[in-house]
Amino acid sequence: MSGISRRNFLKAAGLIGGAAATMSLPCRSWGAGTFEGYPDGMGVLVDTTRCIGCRSCEAACNREQNLGEPESSFDDKTVFDQTGEGGVKRRPDENHFTVVNRYDTKEKGPVFRKIQCNHCNEPACLTSCFVNAYTKTKEGAVIYNSKVCVGCRNCMIACPFNVPGYSYSSVTNPIVRKCIFCHETRLKKGLPPACVEICPQEALTFGHRKELLKVGHERIRANPGKYVDQVYGEDVVGGTGWLYLSAAHFDEIGFDTTLGKEPIISNVKDFLGTVPMVLAIWPALFSGFHLLATKKDGHGDHDKQEDDKNENVQS
Amino acid sequence: MRMIWKSAWVLAAVGMASAAVASEIPDTISLKSLSNLYEPVKFDHARHIMGIKDCAACHHHAVGTPTDEGKCKRCHAGTPTLMKAGCSSCHPADPFSAVFLKTREAERAIFHRDTPGLKAAYHRSCTACHEKTSGPTGCLDCHPRTEAGDQLYRSGKYVPTGTAKTSHH
Repeated sequence: MSGISRRNFLKAAGLIGGAAATMSLPCRSWGAGTFEGYPDGMGVLVDTTRCIGCRSCEAACNREQNLGEPESSFDDKTVFDQTGEGGVKRRPDENHFTVVNRYDTKEKGPVFRKIQCNHCNEPACLTSCFVNAYTKTKEGAVIYNSKVCVGCRNCMIACPFNVPGYSYSSVTNPIVRKCIFCHETRLKKGLPPACVEICPQEALTFGHRKELLKVGHERIRANPGKYVDQVYGEDVVGGTGWLYLSAAHFDEIGFDTTLGKEPIISNVKDFLGTVPMVLAIWPALFSGFHLLATKKDGHGDHDKQEDDKNENVQS
Repeated sequence: MRMIWKSAWVLAAVGMASAAVASEIPDTISLKSLSNLYEPVKFDHARHIMGIKDCAACHHHAVGTPTDEGKCKRCHAGTPTLMKAGCSSCHPADPFSAVFLKTREAERAIFHRDTPGLKAAYHRSCTACHEKTSGPTGCLDCHPRTEAGDQLYRSGKYVPTGTAKTSHH
């Protein structure tokens, strides 16, 4: 390769590279944007200090969502002692969109905590779903269209709270199932979800997410020493529709306190933002490289090679 | 079903309010807000008065010796509001209805923002005291279930048999 063509090659490469870098800048700033939830999104403030473990919410959920016959009565308190593999407590699954667990804490004694979908502002399940089955509604619910679900279970892996359950019992059409905030039957009609309505203690307070945050912080302020000074869900993984207050440390009652404030999608947003750039620029970029790199091989050289070949054939 | 529940709440509210208006101290009060799932609670008011002897222990800010909490007194001192004895005059029977949430948020009164609903006011007030005084705290200790209640909680004759495990779509 001669000196001149190398210089031209580097110049052109520099130009194309610069252009690519400039084009990728707006992509990156778009990728960093976050969604802080619909302004009128609803939520539930769960005050774990009020929960008495009566399991009424489980019973109400079972009826509202037609989840079929449970293993035992909802009066059965032995479920609190149930543990699965590795001592894991009960989790929501295909036939239980919510479960209440008991945690025996060091300082605060037994604490009951309800588990269900937290209805994230920026749901990881929604991001991970390649058939776009999930929707975050303006009312704040994360719902899904089971007709398009192909049962890939990406959302189960993506969810930071291990919420979506899989209908392993279905042989022909296994799909993912989870709490939908009673969206169809209640939320979109302005009614609270069934679990909130039945709760005897108002451990579950229903309202606009924005208002509930104020209520949560006010309860902490008004009762010094009672609560941990944190509303779990205010900013964890970009904020969740369901918010929690606790007297015991959150990690003691089964909350993951290592999740951070960034929505799960932020882990891949920058990467995904570069995909259109790569698709648009790279073909042109590498075509350019290829053209420049092969320019030195003029037709003369090509002919010479052909001649050499011919000679070989003749000899 | 929800309508029945709602109307039950309203009935209870009216019952409590009229008792207050008549300024009589009832000996027994029938609490039937949840009468679709539970039998009415026959609340022995007289026995509680004899035992506690301080109206303010339950009727906070309203009658008897006002409690230290005094949140309501700040604004309502000397007004008829503070003379209301019925729980439902301040604790809403339907605290999460769209209409109620709207009025509460429009009001911007921070002291009203977190007022418990009627059902929670009863349960939290009663069970908190019963825990200290070894009173009954189990759900069925105060109100036995109706058949509809048994059906919902899968108890009594509705206890799961373990044979009907199905998948639902």
